[in-house]
Amino acid sequence: MTQTSQRPLRVLAAMSGGVDSAVAAARAVEAGHDVTGVHLALSANPQSFRTGARGCCTIEDSRDARRAADVIGIPFYVWDLAERFREDVVEDFVAEYEAGRTPNPCLRCNEKIKFAALLDKALALGFDAVCTGHYATVVLTEDGGRELHRASDMAKDQSYVLGVLDEKQLAHAMFPLGDTLTTKDEIRAEAERRGLAVAKKPDSHDICFIADGDTQGFLANRLGGPAEGDIVDEAGTKVGTHEGAFGFTIGQRKGLKIGHPAPDGKPRYVLDISPVNNTVTVGPVEALDVTSLTAIKPRWCGTPPSGPGTYTAQLRAHGGESEVTAELVDGSELHVTFTEPVRGVAPGQAVVLYDGTRVVGSATIAKTVRRERVAAGG
Amino acid sequence: MAYLDHAATTPMLPEAIEAMTAQLSVTGNASSLHAAGRRARRTVEESRETLADSLGARPSEVVFTAGGTEADNLAVKGLYWSRRDADPRRTRVLTGPVEHHAVLDAVDWLADHEGATVEHLPVDRYGRVYPEDLREAILRNPDDVAMITVMWANNEIGTIMPVRELAAVAAEFGIPMHADAVQAFGQLEVDFARSGLAAMTVSGHKIGGPFGIGALLLGRDHTPVPVLHGGGQERHVRSGTLDAPAIASFAVAGRLAAERREEFARRVGALRDDLVTAVRRAVPDAVLGGDPDPAGRLPANAHFSFPGCEGDSLLLLLDAQGIACSTGSACTAGIAQPSHVLLATGTDPDLARGTLRFSLGHTSTEEDVKALAEAIGPAVERARTAGLS
Repeated sequence: MTQTSQRPLRVLAAMSGGVDSAVAAARAVEAGHDVTGVHLALSANPQSFRTGARGCCTIEDSRDARRAADVIGIPFYVWDLAERFREDVVEDFVAEYEAGRTPNPCLRCNEKIKFAALLDKALALGFDAVCTGHYATVVLTEDGGRELHRASDMAKDQSYVLGVLDEKQLAHAMFPLGDTLTTKDEIRAEAERRGLAVAKKPDSHDICFIADGDTQGFLANRLGGPAEGDIVDEAGTKVGTHEGAFGFTIGQRKGLKIGHPAPDGKPRYVLDISPVNNTVTVGPVEALDVTSLTAIKPRWCGTPPSGPGTYTAQLRAHGGESEVTAELVDGSELHVTFTEPVRGVAPGQAVVLYDGTRVVGSATIAKTVRRERVAAGG
Repeated sequence: MAYLDHAATTPMLPEAIEAMTAQLSVTGNASSLHAAGRRARRTVEESRETLADSLGARPSEVVFTAGGTEADNLAVKGLYWSRRDADPRRTRVLTGPVEHHAVLDAVDWLADHEGATVEHLPVDRYGRVYPEDLREAILRNPDDVAMITVMWANNEIGTIMPVRELAAVAAEFGIPMHADAVQAFGQLEVDFARSGLAAMTVSGHKIGGPFGIGALLLGRDHTPVPVLHGGGQERHVRSGTLDAPAIASFAVAGRLAAERREEFARRVGALRDDLVTAVRRAVPDAVLGGDPDPAGRLPANAHFSFPGCEGDSLLLLLDAQGIACSTGSACTAGIAQPSHVLLATGTDPDLARGTLRFSLGHTSTEEDVKALAEAIGPAVERARTAGLS
């Protein structure tokens, strides 16, 4: 089981301007591949310097990526995929929030941009693979197939955001950082050793197209400004007001601004978001317990499983693992039952199923079933 | 390697390198009064005479700058300011839509910050400006025109402008006209006195001289307001310590560019014709940009649009085979934008995305053309598969 193929490949390295993708490109060169660097211009206005931005869309990042490519000694290009990114990632992100769901734009970007728009163009231009700085491992099976596995270092593992890749996409993916049993500091040290100036660059934000990290503000701006609505408890009693239901996430505790404590004195969490009547429902932490869920748009990394099976599931980036049984129903719906109830499951997020370290597939959470509780104070 | 991007920059001539290195080890500020200063001044002034001679100008008409961009900015902004200062009605700037960004953006800056009204003169499908259109534009109000700026030859599609005829119209009305002659110098007969221009830009590194040196040829009647203030060098129009090594080298390159121009144009023009034939044979639907009449375009320029291709993709594929060319004007951000030159000449925006400029120079050979002839067909085929993203 090895990641690097013996044959030198023509590799297109996606370079964000950050340290991970720069080291990944350098390692691909070192492995003997013929590597060309490309920076994806994803912002609609690539001319703008946005102070404080540490995303992947600024001229500064483009220059950092170019400088890294120069040091590594590979050709470098900037490809403008802003239009595709806007359509497939940003608009999807906004629409999902508008519908009361919590999307993960990084997954969408990997599925639709890096390993679709970019990969398709790369293949058409004669490249064999796209290389990124993700922490995940591609394993060659004995029959020549590909498997996606968690990174050697679980703490840095990013297989969750790659769980949307199918076998064909995976066949052309290269993750040179995946088998790194090193800390981020050591990656930075490696970058330093390779003379890459990005060694000391801060990590990027989670959402690259929201430069200041203010998701609420971004959504308010996109969805027509604050629309005041009610925050209600499980019984439907109004306990506060909010400035737009779309900004909330299931399981969120901070920023509710209710002002007075619950009767039982315990903290309250977002249980439900209803964009239709602009209502946010809050309640105690126990009410977040989910026993099963239904997920749609499954994508399989290889053959879809037949019949129910036992897996571990990850429900959000950097989230823990839960034991589940899962079954594909009618080929399009994934039914997942948790052995122990889990908290903070948000529709719109992806559930990624693992068999050990192997990614089996992923699907988008559509419905959750909460654990039945004895009414509080009853 | 086939270097087909001489319009971006061309290799330095050995004579120019020699002249420059000889000066680099010599001490002296051309403004100093002592012997070292006098020696440097002598180098600068002899170079000024050489360059003036190569360009049909008087030595006092040569204002050295740090390159073509600076010379363009000095001409456009400086002449605008001085003309407006003399008569506040003069706020109209007449220019063409296919200018280099050094002119285009300087003019736009005047509109944004200095109350200028910019008028883009009409052009034909090759980007050419016509004297009668200039006359018509002036006649709308001859009193409010601050200055006129139209390039001598276009850097992307190679179109030659009727500069002398345009300058004659400007002179009739006593309006100063500037021309960016960066691409023309060394390829066309560029005679400042005969041109009738008030100001003209030339650059060192496009003719085999060094980077970072250029000149504004400036008629003695014209005193643009300086962009750079300081020690008062160069007729108080352009302050800054004179770069004697670069100036000496620029002068040598300028002299050779003028001396060798006819032979260069003949040899490189023939190579360019071969290149055009070869590209058309390999890609029959390739669209030649600019004037198909060799008399109407720079001899070293070839420009094509390849339907269904992204220029960037073609560049990548050719680069991977050691062929260097350009998608148009180099862009600092590295992001492909449809060329303003092509859009101004009415090229379909989709077609404008698939353009390549091949520019030849003094080191170009038949082998370069042959390498391109072999590579371009498969590259276009591949880029078409990748399509327009």
